[in-house]
Amino acid sequence: MNRSWNWAVWTGGVLVVAGILSYPLYSVRFPALRDFPWVNLPLIIFGLALLAVGLMRAFRRPELYRGKIFGSVLMVLSLALSGVFLYAIFIGARHVLPASPGAPQVGQVAPNFTLPDSRNNPVDLANVLSSPFAPNGATGSGTAAERTAGVLLIFYRGYW
Amino acid sequence: MIAISVDPPSDSENLRQSQGYTFPILSDANEEVIRRWDLVHAHGRRDGADISRPAEFLIDSSGKIRWVNLTDDFVVRARPREALAAFDAMSGSSRPGQ
Repeated sequence: MNRSWNWAVWTGGVLVVAGILSYPLYSVRFPALRDFPWVNLPLIIFGLALLAVGLMRAFRRPELYRGKIFGSVLMVLSLALSGVFLYAIFIGARHVLPASPGAPQVGQVAPNFTLPDSRNNPVDLANVLSSPFAPNGATGSGTAAERTAGVLLIFYRGYW
Repeated sequence: MIAISVDPPSDSENLRQSQGYTFPILSDANEEVIRRWDLVHAHGRRDGADISRPAEFLIDSSGKIRWVNLTDDFVVRARPREALAAFDAMSGSSRPGQ
Protein backbone atom coordinates (compact mmCIF):
# COMPACT_ATOMS: atom_id res chain seq x y z
CA MET A 1 0.00 0.00 0.00
CA ASN A 2 1.54 3.24 -1.13
CA ARG A 3 -0.21 6.09 0.68
CA SER A 4 0.50 9.61 -0.36
CA TRP A 5 1.88 12.41 1.76
CA ASN A 6 -0.92 14.41 3.35
CA TRP A 7 0.36 17.86 2.36
CA ALA A 8 -2.77 19.66 3.61
CA VAL A 9 -2.06 18.62 7.19
CA TRP A 10 1.54 19.80 7.06
CA THR A 11 0.83 23.02 5.23
CA GLY A 12 -2.05 23.79 7.56
CA GLY A 13 0.13 23.29 10.63
CA VAL A 14 2.90 25.45 9.20
CA LEU A 15 0.44 28.24 8.34
CA VAL A 16 -1.02 28.23 11.84
CA VAL A 17 2.43 28.49 13.43
CA ALA A 18 3.48 31.15 10.89
CA GLY A 19 0.27 33.07 11.57
CA ILE A 20 0.98 33.16 15.29
CA LEU A 21 4.73 33.81 15.16
CA SER A 22 4.40 36.56 12.57
CA TYR A 23 2.48 38.67 15.09
CA PRO A 24 5.38 39.30 17.48
CA LEU A 25 7.98 39.10 14.71
CA TYR A 26 6.28 41.25 12.08
CA SER A 27 2.85 42.69 12.82
CA VAL A 28 3.74 44.54 16.01
CA ARG A 29 5.97 46.86 14.00
CA PHE A 30 3.00 48.29 12.11
CA PRO A 31 0.28 50.03 14.11
CA ALA A 32 -2.53 48.92 11.79
CA LEU A 33 -1.44 45.29 11.92
CA ARG A 34 -0.76 45.50 15.61
CA ASP A 35 -4.18 46.92 16.51
CA PHE A 36 -5.90 44.13 14.64
CA PRO A 37 -4.13 40.96 13.38
CA TRP A 38 -5.07 41.48 9.72
CA VAL A 39 -2.17 39.32 8.55
CA ASN A 40 -2.25 36.74 11.29
CA LEU A 41 -5.94 35.95 11.53
CA PRO A 42 -6.36 34.93 7.86
CA LEU A 43 -3.20 32.79 8.03
CA ILE A 44 -4.48 31.01 11.13
CA ILE A 45 -7.98 30.49 9.74
CA PHE A 46 -6.64 29.23 6.41
CA GLY A 47 -4.17 26.97 8.21
CA LEU A 48 -6.85 25.45 10.42
CA ALA A 49 -9.11 24.93 7.39
CA LEU A 50 -6.31 23.16 5.50
CA LEU A 51 -5.61 21.03 8.55
CA ALA A 52 -9.28 20.10 8.74
CA VAL A 53 -9.31 19.15 5.04
CA GLY A 54 -6.19 17.04 5.50
CA LEU A 55 -7.61 15.37 8.56
CA MET A 56 -10.88 14.54 6.80
CA ARG A 57 -8.92 13.00 3.96
CA ALA A 58 -6.87 10.94 6.38
CA PHE A 59 -9.94 9.55 8.11
CA ARG A 60 -12.18 9.12 5.05
CA ARG A 61 -9.55 7.72 2.71
CA PRO A 62 -6.97 6.14 5.02
CA GLU A 63 -5.97 3.86 2.15
CA LEU A 64 -4.85 6.90 0.19
CA TYR A 65 -3.71 9.46 2.76
CA ARG A 66 -1.48 9.29 5.76
CA GLY A 67 -1.72 11.46 8.83
CA LYS A 68 -4.57 10.14 11.00
CA ILE A 69 -2.56 10.26 14.20
CA PHE A 70 -0.09 12.98 13.26
CA GLY A 71 -2.87 15.11 11.80
CA SER A 72 -5.00 14.74 14.92
CA VAL A 73 -2.13 15.71 17.20
CA LEU A 74 -1.29 18.68 14.99
CA MET A 75 -4.93 19.75 14.89
CA VAL A 76 -5.26 19.68 18.68
CA LEU A 77 -1.97 21.57 19.07
CA SER A 78 -2.91 24.13 16.44
CA LEU A 79 -6.33 24.72 17.97
CA ALA A 80 -4.77 25.13 21.41
CA LEU A 81 -2.08 27.54 20.14
CA SER A 82 -4.60 29.53 18.11
CA GLY A 83 -6.90 29.70 21.11
CA VAL A 84 -4.16 31.02 23.36
CA PHE A 85 -3.06 33.53 20.71
CA LEU A 86 -6.56 34.84 20.01
CA TYR A 87 -7.36 35.01 23.70
CA ALA A 88 -4.18 37.00 24.34
CA ILE A 89 -4.85 39.43 21.49
CA PHE A 90 -8.59 39.97 21.84
CA ILE A 91 -9.27 39.40 25.53
CA GLY A 92 -5.99 39.21 27.43
CA ALA A 93 -4.74 42.57 26.16
CA ARG A 94 -7.94 44.25 27.35
CA HIS A 95 -9.23 44.33 30.88
CA VAL A 96 -5.76 44.18 32.36
CA LEU A 97 -4.88 47.85 32.39
CA PRO A 98 -6.02 49.91 35.39
CA ALA A 99 -8.77 52.46 34.80
CA SER A 100 -6.53 55.23 36.23
CA PRO A 101 -9.43 57.43 37.43
CA GLY A 102 -6.96 59.67 39.25
CA ALA A 103 -4.84 60.40 36.18
CA PRO A 104 -4.58 64.11 35.30
CA GLN A 105 -7.29 65.15 32.85
CA VAL A 106 -7.55 67.62 30.01
CA GLY A 107 -7.71 71.14 31.39
CA GLN A 108 -5.91 70.29 34.61
CA VAL A 109 -2.42 71.46 35.34
CA ALA A 110 0.09 68.64 35.03
CA PRO A 111 1.57 67.79 38.44
CA ASN A 112 5.21 68.76 38.28
CA PHE A 113 8.01 66.26 38.76
CA THR A 114 11.76 65.92 38.55
CA LEU A 115 13.22 62.64 37.36
CA PRO A 116 16.66 61.53 36.17
CA ASP A 117 17.09 61.02 32.43
CA SER A 118 19.05 58.11 31.00
CA ARG A 119 22.33 59.88 31.82
CA ASN A 120 21.23 60.64 35.36
CA ASN A 121 20.70 64.34 34.71
CA PRO A 122 17.62 65.59 36.56
CA VAL A 123 14.84 66.75 34.27
CA ASP A 124 12.13 68.99 35.69
CA LEU A 125 8.87 69.22 33.78
CA ALA A 126 8.24 72.88 34.63
CA ASN A 127 11.80 73.74 33.56
CA VAL A 128 11.37 71.98 30.24
CA LEU A 129 8.09 73.81 29.61
CA SER A 130 9.66 77.18 30.25
CA SER A 131 12.94 76.56 28.46
CA PRO A 132 13.68 77.09 24.76
CA PHE A 133 12.77 74.39 22.29
CA ALA A 134 15.60 71.86 22.00
CA PRO A 135 15.07 69.16 19.38
CA ASN A 136 17.63 66.75 20.76
CA GLY A 137 16.94 66.90 24.43
CA ALA A 138 14.55 68.05 27.08
CA THR A 139 16.70 71.01 27.93
CA GLY A 140 19.41 72.83 26.09
CA SER A 141 20.03 75.78 23.91
CA GLY A 142 17.69 77.07 21.30
CA THR A 143 16.81 80.43 19.91
CA ALA A 144 14.19 82.54 21.59
CA ALA A 145 12.01 82.17 18.52
CA GLU A 146 11.76 78.47 19.19
CA ARG A 147 9.97 78.49 22.49
CA THR A 148 8.75 75.18 23.75
CA ALA A 149 5.14 74.98 22.62
CA GLY A 150 4.47 72.02 24.83
CA VAL A 151 5.61 68.59 25.87
CA LEU A 152 4.30 65.26 24.73
CA LEU A 153 4.75 63.08 27.78
CA ILE A 154 4.74 59.37 27.10
CA PHE A 155 4.50 56.87 29.91
CA TYR A 156 5.48 53.44 28.69
CA ARG A 157 5.81 49.98 30.07
CA GLY A 158 9.56 49.74 29.72
CA TYR A 159 11.43 46.46 30.13
CA TRP A 160 12.87 46.34 26.61
CA MET B 1 8.70 64.65 23.62
CA ILE B 2 9.65 62.98 26.87
CA ALA B 3 9.22 59.34 27.80
CA ILE B 4 8.96 57.89 31.30
CA SER B 5 9.29 54.29 32.42
CA VAL B 6 10.28 52.41 35.56
CA ASP B 7 13.47 51.18 33.91
CA PRO B 8 16.78 52.26 35.45
CA PRO B 9 18.60 55.03 33.53
CA SER B 10 21.20 52.59 32.17
CA ASP B 11 18.49 50.43 30.53
CA SER B 12 16.90 53.50 28.99
CA GLU B 13 20.28 54.72 27.75
CA ASN B 14 20.84 51.35 26.08
CA LEU B 15 17.42 51.61 24.49
CA ARG B 16 18.11 55.15 23.25
CA GLN B 17 21.42 54.11 21.75
CA SER B 18 20.17 50.90 20.15
CA GLN B 19 17.08 52.57 18.66
CA GLY B 20 18.68 55.92 17.91
CA TYR B 21 16.08 57.79 19.96
CA THR B 22 16.94 61.43 20.51
CA PHE B 23 14.19 62.23 23.01
CA PRO B 24 14.93 61.89 26.72
CA ILE B 25 13.75 58.83 28.62
CA LEU B 26 13.24 59.52 32.30
CA SER B 27 13.55 56.87 34.95
CA ASP B 28 10.85 56.59 37.59
CA ALA B 29 12.31 53.50 39.24
CA ASN B 30 10.47 54.14 42.52
CA GLU B 31 7.14 54.63 40.69
CA GLU B 32 6.84 57.97 42.44
CA VAL B 33 5.50 59.98 39.51
CA ILE B 34 3.66 57.05 37.98
CA ARG B 35 1.83 56.56 41.30
CA ARG B 36 1.07 60.27 41.71
CA TRP B 37 -0.38 60.35 38.20
CA ASP B 38 -2.40 57.16 38.97
CA LEU B 39 -0.81 55.24 36.12
CA VAL B 40 0.56 52.24 37.99
CA HIS B 41 -0.13 48.91 36.35
CA ALA B 42 0.32 46.69 39.40
CA HIS B 43 2.27 43.50 38.67
CA GLY B 44 2.23 44.44 35.00
CA ARG B 45 5.69 43.14 34.28
CA ARG B 46 6.27 39.48 33.60
CA ASP B 47 8.27 39.15 36.79
CA GLY B 48 5.40 40.64 38.81
CA ALA B 49 6.89 44.08 39.30
CA ASP B 50 4.78 47.22 38.96
CA ILE B 51 5.15 49.21 35.74
CA SER B 52 3.51 52.17 34.10
CA ARG B 53 0.40 51.67 32.01
CA PRO B 54 0.72 53.12 28.50
CA ALA B 55 -0.39 56.76 28.64
CA GLU B 56 0.24 59.89 26.62
CA PHE B 57 -0.26 63.49 27.72
CA LEU B 58 0.16 66.67 25.73
CA ILE B 59 1.04 69.56 28.03
CA ASP B 60 1.15 73.17 26.87
CA SER B 61 3.77 75.69 27.92
CA SER B 62 1.58 76.89 30.80
CA GLY B 63 1.59 73.36 32.20
CA LYS B 64 -2.01 72.68 31.30
CA ILE B 65 -2.93 69.28 29.89
CA ARG B 66 -4.38 69.61 26.41
CA TRP B 67 -4.73 66.00 25.28
CA VAL B 68 -4.75 62.65 27.06
CA ASN B 69 -4.68 59.15 25.65
CA LEU B 70 -5.30 56.31 28.08
CA THR B 71 -5.71 53.13 26.06
CA ASP B 72 -7.75 50.33 27.61
CA ASP B 73 -6.04 47.78 25.38
CA PHE B 74 -2.28 47.61 25.62
CA VAL B 75 -2.04 46.32 22.07
CA VAL B 76 -3.65 49.53 20.78
CA ARG B 77 -1.56 52.67 21.28
CA ALA B 78 -1.81 56.24 20.16
CA ARG B 79 -0.66 56.78 16.60
CA PRO B 80 1.81 59.56 15.87
CA ARG B 81 -0.78 61.42 13.77
CA GLU B 82 -3.23 61.52 16.71
CA ALA B 83 -0.59 63.21 18.83
CA LEU B 84 0.35 65.55 15.97
CA ALA B 85 -3.31 66.46 15.45
CA ALA B 86 -3.59 67.26 19.16
CA PHE B 87 -0.42 69.34 18.87
CA ASP B 88 -1.82 71.24 15.90
CA ALA B 89 -5.06 71.88 17.76
CA MET B 90 -3.06 73.18 20.71
CA SER B 91 -0.70 75.45 18.81
CA GLY B 92 -3.23 76.74 16.31
CA SER B 93 -1.79 74.55 13.53
CA SER B 94 1.60 76.24 13.66
CA ARG B 95 3.70 73.18 14.10
CA PRO B 96 7.35 73.73 14.98
CA GLY B 97 10.16 72.01 13.14
CA GLN B 98 9.85 68.77 15.05
